Amino acid sequence: MLKLSQSAHISLRQHGEETYPYECCGVLLGRFDDDGSRTVARVAPCGNTRADSPHNRYSIDPKELIGIQREGRERGEDIVGFYHSHPDHPAQWSPTDLAEAHWFGCSYVITSVEQGKAAITNSFELVGTDEAEKKFEDEEIRLV
Amino acid sequence: MPQIQIPSPLRQYSGKQASVAVPATTVGEALAVLVTQHPDLKRHLYTEEGKLRAFVNVYVNDEDMRYLQKEATALNDGDTISIVPSIAGGCC
Repeated sequence: MLKLSQSAHISLRQHGEETYPYECCGVLLGRFDDDGSRTVARVAPCGNTRADSPHNRYSIDPKELIGIQREGRERGEDIVGFYHSHPDHPAQWSPTDLAEAHWFGCSYVITSVEQGKAAITNSFELVGTDEAEKKFEDEEIRLV
Repeated sequence: MPQIQIPSPLRQYSGKQASVAVPATTVGEALAVLVTQHPDLKRHLYTEEGKLRAFVNVYVNDEDMRYLQKEATALNDGDTISIVPSIAGGCC
């Protein structure tokens, strides 16, 4: 389960509207709870480095991530997941999303943006122990 | 001593440590010490041929080691090495 504040939920959906018709992306900072869920304290929007194909690809610059990670650590926050948008595509993970996902135990949040308006937001946890048998599992988003 | 920052998905293989201090003078040496201390990390960082996996980025402070001297990049006391699995994808 992913626990998100209303403001974080609004923020990541708005980001998808702002970058439409291109994909947005960002980092979810917070904590891993003892019950296996993740609680988001903060949303950190990132630039999409895939300038060659931003309408259907996203990538976060590791250097930007390191800065976000460092600031999070100073506040006692960890990276618990990521988000991105699917412009005019469903809020479901794609084969590309799975192939490029490597943060096991983290949430991958996807918002469909239809004609510029954020529609559905879903979250998926990357589970497994190695690349050969990784998969996404649907997870509940609880607004807190 | 240089420190290696371990990303959250790999901490289960580093004794739950978010940061590991390594006595090393180069990046290659630091990574070798890390996987010697925590052998379960090895298959997550390296291919069976012993090459760093393509999606594993290694930064020294704020610089990608690929644009420095790669594994031969010299380390100083207080340097931070970050292991950053890539974050990417796309809708179709």
